[in-house]
Amino acid sequence: MLKLEHISFHVEDEGQDKEIIRDVSLSLPAGKLIVVTGPNGGGKSTLARLIAGIEKPDSGKVYFKGRDITQWSVTERARAGIAFAFQQPVRFKGIQVMDLIRLASGKDLSASDACEYLSRVGLCARDYINREVNASLSGGELKRIEIATVLARGADLSVFDEPEAGIDLWSFQNLIEVFSQMRQTVKDRSILIISHQERILNIADEVAVLQGGRLTAQGPREEILPGLIGSPSAMKECFGYSAGKGGKTVC
Amino acid sequence: MLKLDEIQKRLLAEVADLHTVPEGAYNIRSNSQSAGRKSTANIEIIPKTDVSGLDIRIKPGTKNESVHIPVVMTESGLKEAVYNDFHIGADADVTIVAGCGIDNCGNQDSQHDGIHRFFVGKGARVRYVEKHYGSGSGAGKRILNPVTEVYQEENSTVEMEMVQIKGVDDTSRTTLAELASGAKLAVRERLMTHGRQSAVSAYVVRMNGDGASADVVSRSVAKDESYQKFDAKLVGSAACTGHTECDSIIMDRGRILAVPGLEANHVDAALVHEAAIGKIAGDQIMKLMTLGLTEQEAEEQIVNGFLK
Ligand SMILES: Nc1ncnc2c1ncn2[C@@H]1O[C@H](COP(=O)(O)OP(=O)(O)OP(=O)(O)O)[C@@H](O)[C@H]1O
Ligand SMILES: [Mg+2]
Repeated sequence: MLKLEHISFHVEDEGQDKEIIRDVSLSLPAGKLIVVTGPNGGGKSTLARLIAGIEKPDSGKVYFKGRDITQWSVTERARAGIAFAFQQPVRFKGIQVMDLIRLASGKDLSASDACEYLSRVGLCARDYINREVNASLSGGELKRIEIATVLARGADLSVFDEPEAGIDLWSFQNLIEVFSQMRQTVKDRSILIISHQERILNIADEVAVLQGGRLTAQGPREEILPGLIGSPSAMKECFGYSAGKGGKTVC
Repeated sequence: MLKLDEIQKRLLAEVADLHTVPEGAYNIRSNSQSAGRKSTANIEIIPKTDVSGLDIRIKPGTKNESVHIPVVMTESGLKEAVYNDFHIGADADVTIVAGCGIDNCGNQDSQHDGIHRFFVGKGARVRYVEKHYGSGSGAGKRILNPVTEVYQEENSTVEMEMVQIKGVDDTSRTTLAELASGAKLAVRERLMTHGRQSAVSAYVVRMNGDGASADVVSRSVAKDESYQKFDAKLVGSAACTGHTECDSIIMDRGRILAVPGLEANHVDAALVHEAAIGKIAGDQIMKLMTLGLTEQEAEEQIVNGFLK
């Protein structure tokens, strides 16, 4: 489904070149769920932005469903079937939740269809469908609406950047079910989740660890996870913030 | 309906959402003539004799009635000034829909200057909607210079919605309001300019009595080479609260000038002005592009939402 080959990326920061992604190669087969984890600042969000096309790599190639999409725009990749839920969702003055879900679906959705997506992320649809996606929404509400827009896209590859952040304990379990369901309902649909949460790692087929811009581990969950949890080096390197609710923070 | 051609009907639909003769009282002005007029038991519409315009008298206590006074112009080169006075009786509760649509296919400028005065009685409540719209491919300009004066007695409420989204080349809007104690004024202005258009909007709101309040909010988008000026002045001469806000998106080579003006003549006058001008945030465009929209489609959605 998705294949990254030798991706490198840098930014210029105060006149200095700063390597953020260093020679990362990763492949995500169809129908699989991969969780990318690693310490803060490790480059996970940057990797997601490279996949969505928001950033372009300095070198390396991105393949999606067998095609080289390295030079494709964000729009082209979206239309080809890549969906992306931002770590920090964007707010819009005047645009309503309904508008956003409709745009995401690419169809003239009925209000009740749109409500369905909101219900799946645990929002009482009636209260939210006409709300503006503006500063009046709480962080957790906004985050769930962001996830709902990605569900509405129904894309072949869905990328979620820390979907659990800001989501309360009660909704967390629900979120796990949403991801599990996504895999069951549509065959061959792939999911990439960036997360620090053990319970999300537990539903992964594959786990990848990104540290200092490099992939330091990658493979089936059963192989990677035991080494990750409780290893002293991981404890040292992963100064993971405490998400507090909704399970243990691994990284 | 009436003696209107297709273009005139289209303009009416744009400025007043009218597809047929409105309910309640109305006067439809088309190319400087009245194309239809109706008074009701509580709302009387009388043509002025000294100048062009109307006296509209709304009886005290009139509830849930409406007045439509749209204007359409389709003759190139027409220039008119129209004086409409609204006398709204105490405790009335009414909706007034004005608005002007100009279609100019000719080479001469078409201009409509509407001078509206509102005398709002004690405890009355008025909702006023005014839309401006221009169309036609002629080189002649479409010019609108509305003047609105609002005199509010004790505890009256006026809500004004002013919309100009398309096609008006030149507008200079002046709004003056005088508020007695307990009177409330809320203005929502939505404006989009494009091409080489220019739009100037100036407000002076005087709060003269205790408990008066004013809230003037403008949302605007300046595209292409267009120019906008938002000049909002609040004068608080009693224990009152006032707020003005100018929130603008600037695009292309547009220019926007926001001029805050607050004058407090009383220690309990609380006045606030907010102004923000900026281009569309890059992450907003990115987000919509990740939903499959092109950059241009994303901009359109953001602008439409902002002006909704
Ligand atoms: N435009 C930029 N300018 C400077 N530094 C940047 C820029 N973009 C990213 N970085 C840096 O690159 C590194 C990786 O950032 P990234 O957001 O990808 O990390 P992350 O793994 O998602 O972290 P977190 O777990 O905190 O979300 C960080 O050190 C960050 O400060
Ligand atoms: Mg991140």
